[in-house]
Parts: sequence; structure tokens; C-alpha cells
Amino acid sequence: MTTVLELEKFAARRAGADSTAVVSMAVSAGEVVSLSGPSGCGKTLFLRAVADLDPCVGRALLDRLERRLYTGPEWRRRVAYVATESAWWSARAGDHFATSPDVDMLAQLGLAETILKQNTSRLSTGERQRLALLRSLSTEPRVLLLDEPTASLDRESALRMESLVRRWVRASATAVLWVCHDRNQRARIADRAFEFHDNTLRDIPRPERSWASSH
Amino acid sequence: MGVIALTYHDLLLSAVLVLLLAAVSIALSLGIAQGLLIAGVRTVVQLLLVGQVLKVLFENASLTWVVLMALVMLAVATREVGARQTNPMSGLWGIGLNAGALFVSSFGVTVLALFVVLKPQPWYMPQYAVPLLGMLLGNAMTAIALGLDRLTSAAVRQRNQIEARLALGHPWRRAMTDIQRDSVHVALVPIVNAMAAAGVVSLPGMMTGQILAGIPPLEAVKYQIVIMFLIAGASGLGALSAIYLGARRLFDDRQRLRLERLRADDPRG
Repeated sequence: MTTVLELEKFAARRAGADSTAVVSMAVSAGEVVSLSGPSGCGKTLFLRAVADLDPCVGRALLDRLERRLYTGPEWRRRVAYVATESAWWSARAGDHFATSPDVDMLAQLGLAETILKQNTSRLSTGERQRLALLRSLSTEPRVLLLDEPTASLDRESALRMESLVRRWVRASATAVLWVCHDRNQRARIADRAFEFHDNTLRDIPRPERSWASSH
Repeated sequence: MGVIALTYHDLLLSAVLVLLLAAVSIALSLGIAQGLLIAGVRTVVQLLLVGQVLKVLFENASLTWVVLMALVMLAVATREVGARQTNPMSGLWGIGLNAGALFVSSFGVTVLALFVVLKPQPWYMPQYAVPLLGMLLGNAMTAIALGLDRLTSAAVRQRNQIEARLALGHPWRRAMTDIQRDSVHVALVPIVNAMAAAGVVSLPGMMTGQILAGIPPLEAVKYQIVIMFLIAGASGLGALSAIYLGARRLFDDRQRLRLERLRADDPRG
């Protein structure tokens, strides 16, 4: 399988803060890897560093090319970080998209097309969270870094998002790092699962096979 | 028309107004008397001192002394630009940014004006160079301080929006477009307003001074127009360079937002 994202002795490093666990891992095309751990263990910081939003130590490669071969914006467009709480800078929701999301994708998340014409301040947190995912997908990233993307969604919407991401990752041979707390969700979405523990990242052994291989 | 020379007795009479105001403040317990009196004393002491300095400077019109005076003015203005910001850039970089923007704008425009517009002999003649530089520095200082203050406080407040745009692959410049435009606007509002209101609402200070000193009004007006444009040029140049460089400094070589470069509590907690 083709490796999409590769991390070698990689850790976030911010001035005045402890660095996160030192991580080495390779994520293949079509793979969803889940990350969990107690709050405050640096999951968000880790994802932000992978997205090159925060300084880091160690090596990171995308499609076998070193990060320094990409400019910051090029890397971040391809390794797209989706924060738990999305931020919007323009009045109209549709203005935030590089290319308008197709109606199909909106429908898959249970959103109507008219939502793109709405004012972002009037959208619910859940609507914003779903739009934020589509906003990142519209730039055609190679890797998606999801920070608790279903935190403010009801179960129905969460399941819709899970299957959208699963389909996307398979269809486009991309990869996903997914921070999630819910054990059941982990079982549904993840091909491999890791846990931050005592400043290391360790494998969570899986008795049951993943959602993907049963399909 | 000759100049009516003021005596120290006249100064005392005008001081009575300030003392009266202080008395009213104490009577109504407005709590401003102390600040008012200290500011009043500072006005007297500082202006008398600068009067002495200018007297000596005008009598010894050497380039060295003029440059020395200019550098002292630059240092004070630099300090003031830093003091007027809530989240100034930290360290030497912050001082360098303030001083650099002030220097390029005010010194640049002053030298240009001396060589091209006013052409005194010698070009550094302190009667022209020092007040001109003072006016340009004072206005550029306000513009730079307002612009940088808006830039850095907006960056802190809108950190999530900026980082959301970065995360979508926007270059820093695109992520900062709105904030930078806003900052330039805020920086230039005072001079635009001053130009728009000149002569209609207020007689600009320099022109008033010249008229009081017996210069024919039309001559004073011509001077004032030139000075206004020089001030606009210096303010614009200073604010634009400070805002551009300041915004660039908020991002590192990977175009990551680095708010820890501002002197304030890290908003990330």
C-alpha cells in the first residue's frame, strides 16, 4: 500500500510548553487512524503540528516528499486540519469555499444547498462543524486531520459524517488522522487506533476487525 | 504687524485658568486635579527646556547638533509608539520596527522636503529642519501607533479565523488582507480628517502660529498646505511600512501565526 503521510520521531514543540509524545508512524492511502487519550495530553497540539500550524521537531513526509519541499500554505492545503470549533471570517457561508461543495456531499451530511447562502453567525454549531469539514474537503487535501469532528453532532449526523469520510478516504486514496473519544466510534471508523499514554503513543490492540474490512 | 512679545506675567495669567480648573475639580471631587497640575508643570518645564535647547541649536547650526537632536526626537517617538499599543511586538524586533518605520517615513520626508521644497541654506538649517521633523514625527508616530495597535489586537482577537484560513492553505498575506486593510484605514483616519477639516472647522496649529507671528495669511496657508501633504506622506509611508512588516513578523518562515512574538499573555493559555 502506498504511504501517504509519514512521521519520524515527530513531536509538537511550542515555546514554554512541554512537547507532545514523540511519534513515528506511517499512514497509508485509504486508511483512517484514530487517536485518543485523556484531555490535555496534547492531541490537538499534535494535529496542529502535523498540519504545520505549530512548530515541531522530527521529520514529516507527504507522498514521500519532505515537508520542507512544500511551502507552509502548500503543506497545509494538502494536510488539512479541521478544528473542533470552526472559525468563519466572511458573512456568507458559501464565501468560505474554494469550490462550492456539490449538492450530493451536502445531502450526505443532511444539509440543504440553501445553507451556503446563509449568514455563518446564524448557523448552529453542528451545522458549522459539518460545513467546516466540507470546506476543507473542497481544497482536495491528501490528508485530513480531524479534531473531534462529531463533538457537537447528534448520533444520526455523526454517523452520516463518519460514512462520508470513510467513502471519501477510499475514493480518493487519501488518509485520515481522527481524534476521537468514543470507543464505539473508534470501532466504526478506524483501521488502526492509537492512544496517548504517559507521553508516548501506543497501539490499541483491536479484538474486532475494522469497519472497512467487513465491507 | 509686529509680534507681541509675551512676558512671564502673561504666562502666569494663563496659568490661572488651569489652577481654576484644578480648583473646580477638587470641589466636585472629579479626581483629575493632580494629573492636571502635573501635566501643567510638565508643559512649562518641557517647553522651557526645549526652548533653551533650540536657542543653543540655532546659535550653533552644525549638522552634528541637528542630527543629535533628531536622534533624541526619534528615540522619544519610538518609545511613545510602543507605549501606545496593547500588544506590542516583543524584544529588539519591536523597537526596531517602531524606530524603522518612524525613521524611514519622517526622516525620509523631512530630507526630501528640505532638498526639494523648502531648500534652506544650509539644508539642515535648524529653524526649518527641527520643527519640520517634529511635526512629521509627531503625526507619523500617531499613525504608526494606531495602525500597529489595530493590527496586533485584531490578530489576537481573530486568531481562530486567521488559523482557519491558514489551515485551508491560504498564504499569510491572504489570511491577513482584511486586518491589514482595516489597520491602514485606522492609521490614516486622523490625517484624512485633519485635511478635510482644515480651515473650515479648525485653523491648523502651524498656520495659526505663523499668522500670530505676523506672516501674511496667504503665505501661512501655502506653508500649511505643503506641511499637510508632507504629514500625509509621512503618516502613510510610516503606517504602511509598519503594518506590512508588523504583519509579516506575526508569521514565521513556514507562515505559521506566532502570537507569542507579541508582548502579552499568550492567549492560548
